Amino acid sequence: MSDTHSQTVPFVRETMIPQAEPPVGNRGVILWMRENLFSGWFNIITTLISLYVIWWALSHTMPWVFRGIWNASSLTECRAIRDATLPEGTSAACWAVLTDRWQQLLFGFYPRELYWRPVLSLVIFLVAIAPVLFPRVPRGALLFTAVSPFVMFWLLWGGTAWFPISIGLGFVLGWAAWRALAPMAGTLVASIVAVALPIVYWLYTAGPLARELEQVIPFRMEYVSSQDFGGFMLSFIIGIAGIILSLPLGILLALGRQSDLFIINKISVGFIEIIRGVPLIVWLFTASLLLNYFLPPGTNFDLMLRVIIMVTLFAAAYIAEVVRGGLAALPKGQYEGADSLGLSYWQSMRLIILPQALKISIPGIVNTFIGLFKDTTLVVFIGLLDPIGLSNAIRASTEWNGIYWELFVFIGLLFFICCFSMSRYSLYLEKKLQRGHN
Amino acid sequence: MTTTSDAPPKAGFRPSQLIYDTRYRSLTIQVIAFIALMLGLSWLVSNTITNLSALGKDFDFGFLGQRAGYDINQRLIEYDSTSTHGRAALVGILNTLLIAVLGCVLATIVGVLAGVLRLSKNWLVAKLMAIYVEGFRNIPVLLWILLIFALMTEATPQPRDFREGGDASMILGDTIAITNRGVFIPAPFWGAGAGILLAVFLVSLVAIFFWRRYAHRTQEQTGRILPIGWGTLGLLIVPTAVAFLALGMTSGRVTQPVLATGATEGMTLADYAASQQTINACAVPFSTESLNLRRLMRSQEIRFNYVAVEDAAGALTALEAGNCNILSLPASVDIATVPAGAVALSDTIRRGMPVEFERPVLGGFNFEGGLQLRNSLIALWLALSLYTGAFIAENVRGGILSVSKGQTEAAFALGIKPSRTMRLVILPQALRVIIPPMISQYLNLTKNSSLAIAVGYMDVRSTLGGITINQTGKELEGMLLLGLFYLVTSLIISSAMNLYNSRVKLKER
Repeated sequence: MSDTHSQTVPFVRETMIPQAEPPVGNRGVILWMRENLFSGWFNIITTLISLYVIWWALSHTMPWVFRGIWNASSLTECRAIRDATLPEGTSAACWAVLTDRWQQLLFGFYPRELYWRPVLSLVIFLVAIAPVLFPRVPRGALLFTAVSPFVMFWLLWGGTAWFPISIGLGFVLGWAAWRALAPMAGTLVASIVAVALPIVYWLYTAGPLARELEQVIPFRMEYVSSQDFGGFMLSFIIGIAGIILSLPLGILLALGRQSDLFIINKISVGFIEIIRGVPLIVWLFTASLLLNYFLPPGTNFDLMLRVIIMVTLFAAAYIAEVVRGGLAALPKGQYEGADSLGLSYWQSMRLIILPQALKISIPGIVNTFIGLFKDTTLVVFIGLLDPIGLSNAIRASTEWNGIYWELFVFIGLLFFICCFSMSRYSLYLEKKLQRGHN
Repeated sequence: MTTTSDAPPKAGFRPSQLIYDTRYRSLTIQVIAFIALMLGLSWLVSNTITNLSALGKDFDFGFLGQRAGYDINQRLIEYDSTSTHGRAALVGILNTLLIAVLGCVLATIVGVLAGVLRLSKNWLVAKLMAIYVEGFRNIPVLLWILLIFALMTEATPQPRDFREGGDASMILGDTIAITNRGVFIPAPFWGAGAGILLAVFLVSLVAIFFWRRYAHRTQEQTGRILPIGWGTLGLLIVPTAVAFLALGMTSGRVTQPVLATGATEGMTLADYAASQQTINACAVPFSTESLNLRRLMRSQEIRFNYVAVEDAAGALTALEAGNCNILSLPASVDIATVPAGAVALSDTIRRGMPVEFERPVLGGFNFEGGLQLRNSLIALWLALSLYTGAFIAENVRGGILSVSKGQTEAAFALGIKPSRTMRLVILPQALRVIIPPMISQYLNLTKNSSLAIAVGYMDVRSTLGGITINQTGKELEGMLLLGLFYLVTSLIISSAMNLYNSRVKLKER
């Protein structure tokens, strides 16, 4: 049969036909829409419902947003402009509250002529954080990172520059003690001295030293009290200080919880569970109401500092749990391998265990940081003027009495930008550190 | 994790071994840490004692027995301003638990739905859910609470807008009214036979349990698959519905007399009302008698005062004491035992269904009847649920993605139906990943409920940790109790989680 067939066929194609385009319905936008939006009756219905939801939401908000009034000095003026220019019954946002009060929302009651100081601190912070976040930046920049907290502190609060310098000297002192003693007396003694010496120095010498130096060489600028701090500046300061301080503390707590030393282990577990079991707001109230009971009579220190301490302890407990998860996820062979190389506990942790454990814990750590940054809004309940506190203050003024949505939108948007970029960074880091084959 | 001992044991003990010998060093470190801890604690305690005595305060919990003197607008148990601070704390605790339970339920529903929809093949739905999740995860929950509270109080109509000609109307067939004073929903009233109904319902729950066990066993032994889902649904609905209808047809139709003092036998209610200056009606709250009595009064447009009593005996004593002059008793009471002076009027009321619902109706200035859910409760509930729901959605998505595609394909290759594949293959594996983080989200929700202060919801932090502390000046004791409550709650929840974890852990050798 095949023989006869081959004889009867007069033409055999010897070249390939050029590939034809798929039919119109099977390519490009139409294919995408068919696959993703209209692949079946159920899918079509959900698409229609979603379109309706989107249309409904946009048609209710967008006119309000884009008809917004930007030039007015009070809500009544805003409404007068709206009634004069827009047809009866339309709603329009009064963005004028932002043009009028944006300084307060961002800086609180910080003196206006000194706004350059927090802005410069933010720039310094961004520069200082770059070598930590991105490995392409030269390593030498880390020295700047180490110095930057003291510079930022001085810029924000002002006063004499000798105070942050003398505080910074404590760290240098501890480092020097470690370098001098470690080869001679062993690591245990060296680390005890390196911790104790700066503490003694800070308690007894740092203050007088700063005063003496200030009298010899005056080097100061205008002092701004913590009570004038507010708005997003306050959220940033509390959030960033909390983030920076809580990470090392959290890692130590996690190591303590994984430790075989009975007492260290129980102390860490107790600390972590007690801190995590009680809401942050209760801790903040503790900081504002009770801390005076626990300290020697007569001590009284800044409410903002107390808040930073509480937020740090709180975030540290959460980070400890995240890092513990990372430590527990490492195969036992890693620990045994480190031991068999003859590394000491701290060496094995620093060189082998922690780099791997922290890598696993990055998403959790960043989530904790995002949570911490969002939780800075809770300080409004103990009387600090964070953005939400300021929005209440603005609403209480006669000009802007009764304004809600515009302030909420602004505050929400700023928080969203910060938190969302943090979570994107964590995704980037996860991808970069991925060593697997999937 | 400690390094193993590297030096061979030597005879004798030198003090330097405490530092250099790894066998003793851990002991040294622990002793030092312990001493430091004890010193720190004693320092704190001695400071506290000094400070307390300097302020002339003492440390005792006697204030819990004192009169509180403030009102709580939402309470699940009896409370008024003459109750004690301890009682106020209990009201607050119940309010906290209420918002926690409501929030967890709604957050689970929202979260599971959003998590599944985020994996939808429909691009639009997946993106919408992504916007929801990212929006709620990246904005502080406090802002959401305030925003939703502002929506509830500023953007909803006032009760007077519900009048004729107003631009607001009730939803779902005139049963629910959303106003700026709260949401009014129908209230349940329990009548004769409610106990029987409840018993039937409980029995059907037990029956469901045994039915499922039987079905599973049958499948394991014979391979025959019984309709578990339909059976469960039927057992859940049918017996209770039948009992409800039967009770409604029999006892619900029975009428019972309305009793009044100072009336003559057979007087109509209208005549009686005309003869009295005020009418005080004794009734058990949330019983159908009280509902039907009120309906009768309303239909005849009689104004009356409502006197709440505990039960039938309480109603009788209140009648004798002269606190009220009209009442209708629960069906269980024999009319003959009613004391002299009270006679039956000619008007009667129906005994009513085992459960009846009273719709809120617009009264003078506000809605009357029904249950009022305050805006603070609604705002807190919605905000916490939507916020936590966004986190749960991510857990659910991660859990479903964690089940490898091969599992689905293998199930299909075995010829298992898609619905059963989901229920028997995917979900059991996904749930093991989903549930532990979900429980810690529940924990977060419970702790976040302390933000109730932002909207004036009276939770435990506002009662015990707020007004009580301000009134008594017992910060230390109050905060200690408050912290203890939250600590115990979260320890209970996390131990439940550990229990679950150890149950579902993959059994490895």
